[in-house]
Amino acid sequence: MQDEPTPVELTKSVADFLRSDIAPLIEGHQAFKLRVAINILDLVTRQLTREEGSDASEVERLRALLGVDGSVADLNRVLADRITRGEVDLATSGLAEHLWQTTMDKLAVDQPNYASYKRELGRD
Amino acid sequence: MIEAELFRSAQRWCHGATGVTGAAKLSGGASQETWRFDITHPDGPIGAILRRSPKGYGAAPTRAAGLAAEAQLMQLAYEAGVPSPRVMHVLTPDENLGIGFIMQRVEGETIARKILRDDEYAAARPHLARQIGGVLAGLHKLPQDKLPELRRRSATEEISEFERDYRSLNWPKPVFELALRWLRDHDPGPSSETTLVHGDFRNGNLIIGADGVRAVLDWELAHLGDPMEDLGWVCVNSWRFGEIDKPVGGFGSREELFAGYEAAGRKCDPSRVKFWEVMGTLRWGIMCGGMMQRFREGPDHSMERAMIGRRASETEIDLLRLLAPRGS
Repeated sequence: MQDEPTPVELTKSVADFLRSDIAPLIEGHQAFKLRVAINILDLVTRQLTREEGSDASEVERLRALLGVDGSVADLNRVLADRITRGEVDLATSGLAEHLWQTTMDKLAVDQPNYASYKRELGRD
Repeated sequence: MIEAELFRSAQRWCHGATGVTGAAKLSGGASQETWRFDITHPDGPIGAILRRSPKGYGAAPTRAAGLAAEAQLMQLAYEAGVPSPRVMHVLTPDENLGIGFIMQRVEGETIARKILRDDEYAAARPHLARQIGGVLAGLHKLPQDKLPELRRRSATEEISEFERDYRSLNWPKPVFELALRWLRDHDPGPSSETTLVHGDFRNGNLIIGADGVRAVLDWELAHLGDPMEDLGWVCVNSWRFGEIDKPVGGFGSREELFAGYEAAGRKCDPSRVKFWEVMGTLRWGIMCGGMMQRFREGPDHSMERAMIGRRASETEIDLLRLLAPRGS
């Protein structure tokens, strides 16, 4: 077991430093690049916070849907293959719900401000 | 200095030019650059834009029409009254400026978020969806016997090409697989007519002023195909920049787009438009994957490219909203 602070806490501290202490000092293209850098650190923080839980429930859904076991990457490959071959489609019970949940979990990490995501979040 | 080379060039085709000032690079990848500059002239400065592949970068990517074709298309559009910059000069090898062309600079805004939010464009915004319909109709009516050599693609060929691009990424995405299935199942077949297709007509590639559309830019993906492709692409959610209830670039409704298109004497096929909107959403998603791959393997190891890879999930939610919408 590794010591603390946790990766989330460490990453957040760097992002906060760049945001409050460095960003006000920089202009132009470098300021744009710094914003991208801060966005990356924020994304990493969100992923470190959420990935374990969302992957576990994704694996659980995929096992139920496909009837096989494996890692989250393996099972996604199996699902992709079955959709390609036409063995699974939107008429398959549970597929639409699974894809929606998985996609919402990805947007929560990648782009929580994306307008489509915020609209769909309002439906949950 | 590029200004000296530009001045030597301008002396040949801009009678009375006495100098070139203010050259600045606006954007540039490895293979293509855009520069702005002013030609000094007794009648007043002339604003110009250089679009070029620098020396040593002659080869265009396979989908691109090439800069010479782009110049020809923009000039044809300008002559036909489609908003487009006037092409002033096509570069020749002895000018030492690479391959490309010089066009008149059209003042206005291209940044989509500014066009959608700034007060300056508030009066123009409600009319843009309909106006875009008219502009696209004009573009699709350009005389085919005057067009440069362009690639020709049917819907079926496009699906296969995107599938190949996607599989080459080795990036299994169940939502993309579902979209590919849907596209195959809904392939509308050959269109009743083949026209010039701009290929990247969207909010972000238009110069907008307080009076509306002033110029259509970025013709590099022009080809021959189904005209409904352009109407579908302009509706892809990625180009609405948050205004998700206004499908046409965040400006207005499909009905306004279609009305503008039909008022200019052309017919719309809404089901084909929907097909191309799904195709376009997937296309941008696969392009995001390509960015990720270039970030990993290529010379452009930039943070921006890395983050575009993380935008593929935006197209996944948009595909689900199109193909498996949840109750409202």
